[in-house]
Amino acid sequence: MTAPRGLPVLPGGADLAPDLRAGPPVDPARRAFMRTAAAGAALSALASCGVSMDDFLRKHFKELSKDELAKVLAKIEKRNKERFGVDTKVTAEGPRPGVEFGYGLDISRCIGCRRCVYACVKENNPSREAPQIHWIRVLEMDKDEGVDIAHAELYYEADAVPRPGKFYFPVQCQQCRNPPCVKVCPTQATWKEPDGIVVVDYDWCIGCRCCMSGCPYGARHFNWATPTLPAAELNPVQHYLGNRPRPKGVVEKCTFCIQRTRKGRYPACVEVCPVGARKFGNLLDPESEIRQVMDRKRVLIFKEELATHPQFYYFYAT
Amino acid sequence: MTSGVFEFLRGCGRQVVTGGRAYKAWVAFLLLTIAVGLSFYARQASHGLIATNMRDEVSWAFYIGNFTFLVGVAAAAVLLVIPAYVYHWKPIKEVVVLGELLAISALVMCLLFILVDMGRPDRFTHILPLLGTPNWPRSLLTWDALVLNGYLAVNVVLVSYLLFKTYRGEAYDRRIFLPLVLLSIPVSISTHTVTAFLYNGMAARPFWNASILAPRFIASAFCSGPAVMIILFQVLKRTNGLPIKDEAIWKIAELMSYAMFLNLFLLGAELFKEFYSSTEHVLYTQYLWFGIGQHRALVPYAWFSLFCSFTAFVLFLIPRTRRNLVTLNLGCVLIWAGVYIEKGLGLIIPGMTPDTLGQIYEYRPTATEWGTAAAVFGIGFLVFTLLVKIAVPILVGTFRTAENPAGAAPAAPAGFGAH
Repeated sequence: MTAPRGLPVLPGGADLAPDLRAGPPVDPARRAFMRTAAAGAALSALASCGVSMDDFLRKHFKELSKDELAKVLAKIEKRNKERFGVDTKVTAEGPRPGVEFGYGLDISRCIGCRRCVYACVKENNPSREAPQIHWIRVLEMDKDEGVDIAHAELYYEADAVPRPGKFYFPVQCQQCRNPPCVKVCPTQATWKEPDGIVVVDYDWCIGCRCCMSGCPYGARHFNWATPTLPAAELNPVQHYLGNRPRPKGVVEKCTFCIQRTRKGRYPACVEVCPVGARKFGNLLDPESEIRQVMDRKRVLIFKEELATHPQFYYFYAT
Repeated sequence: MTSGVFEFLRGCGRQVVTGGRAYKAWVAFLLLTIAVGLSFYARQASHGLIATNMRDEVSWAFYIGNFTFLVGVAAAAVLLVIPAYVYHWKPIKEVVVLGELLAISALVMCLLFILVDMGRPDRFTHILPLLGTPNWPRSLLTWDALVLNGYLAVNVVLVSYLLFKTYRGEAYDRRIFLPLVLLSIPVSISTHTVTAFLYNGMAARPFWNASILAPRFIASAFCSGPAVMIILFQVLKRTNGLPIKDEAIWKIAELMSYAMFLNLFLLGAELFKEFYSSTEHVLYTQYLWFGIGQHRALVPYAWFSLFCSFTAFVLFLIPRTRRNLVTLNLGCVLIWAGVYIEKGLGLIIPGMTPDTLGQIYEYRPTATEWGTAAAVFGIGFLVFTLLVKIAVPILVGTFRTAENPAGAAPAAPAGFGAH
């Protein structure tokens, strides 16, 4: 059997060295620390599982009243404190009226440096190792083949990118207008928000993984174990439907950095891209960057034959 | 009436705890298997599903494969119900109850396999009406939960009613009995169809997204379920003197050969389409039958499964080998093995290899997965053993109520044509 593969775990997150292979192997002391952290997290998760009868009797997120939501958010902050010893701010800011997010990715510009991958990790609090969860995955493809997943390599190792004869095709959640993942979910634990973001309620997901079978983009990821997330790397600015720490046994996905974009900021991947290959904005605003791209360039849809109608567009700017 | 029920239940309890040395040894073996299996599951429960070899690339695997196979076994009870009840065909009617007991046990295993595959089994209430928010009718898994539990309920009610009445030496009320039997036929077909649709509806997985999937499910189910029954009938005939005629067994074997022909034909149609048109979608079928590069984990299993299914088809087609006990039982074992691979790993894994981004992760089950599956199978076999232990003495007339000695004369076992 092929061992489960992974990419280097980079401690500095987005400040990675240009040499991607320099991603350091985890040293034993660090590994021991992570084990302890993981064990601690597992224990506290168990403890919180044992006492929370109100979790068992809780209502669906959309049915919570304002007061109930405030209580739920306070409880998550308390749990964060217990689990990581860090003060966090968890909000559940709703969608803004008149906003529909759109994302553009310029395949001509992307150089395959994976800075977006690690900026996303730093921002969104996913499990670092065992399981390693990356919401953005960069595929290295052959220029001779075009966009073809049968000739795509996810775990490419390069001294320098871009490599001759290759181009790069990052994939993340396409925030479909017709999302198969939402359709197949048996518990309505995942849904599409009015601003287009497909979200997951980690407290409602039963971990059946139907959505992972349904997603054509491999955009959904499962917490096969309690996430390994060092307290020092925790992003304390959190959204209930986004980057708050996840429990074991539930599915998670890219949310266009809901905790940032609903406050008018760019997603972390857009901000970090060194070549400006990533564009983001409000599709309903004619002046927005994404609208400009769509008016002036021609866009293509990944797996358009599946009629998922994404809010994520690829284009060739040059 | 109520006291009659209590007396019946006490009698059932006595049946279960008394028995010969072989029976006790078998039950002890099953209990031991369950205990060992549960110790593996305990590991998974504490560490999470990382104790399996499932990963994001192959996110459903061994558990879901077993689930799919067992839905087929459960659905196959209909193969016995249709000729027995609808056409009043005498030899088979005697054994229908056992087919329904098999369905009950298989359904128990199905539900357990879903439970052990869940990341958060503690939240199962979220799928229930009132307590949770089932995404019905859009999600096929909610449909599957509905039809599996419905089929289980119909079978439990039907079998309890039949056995209780026979135990009391009373006649069955056709107005209760017939609607339930007629209901059980479409529900049985629907369990396997809905399970096929669960995969079939995933446009993201070209290997599953073929209209031929549901018909193939039904065809292969009509082979695997009866294969168990044929072996069981022979065991019961020897040990309990259950009056099962050889003609009944031969008839079932004949029906199985037609079902297997259909299954192999549909497989051929699928292989032709994939390999002749040879689009980008051929990769998954290629992975199963020939491998992709050095990734060949499933190839020997695929060919072994085809060999088993084809050999069994020939054995059951020829009347002489169908009537020979040795070749008949060999055929049953071959069918069981062939369909288990085909509807288990052979269906689930190629659906996910390569994954939706073209990456290949070769899955093989871990010891935890084998152990957990052993526990589930142990529980299912135990349920089946205990139910058979109660049902057979009722059917052969040795376990009857003391209240009504007139009923002690064995009524025609388990059929409404009896009165």
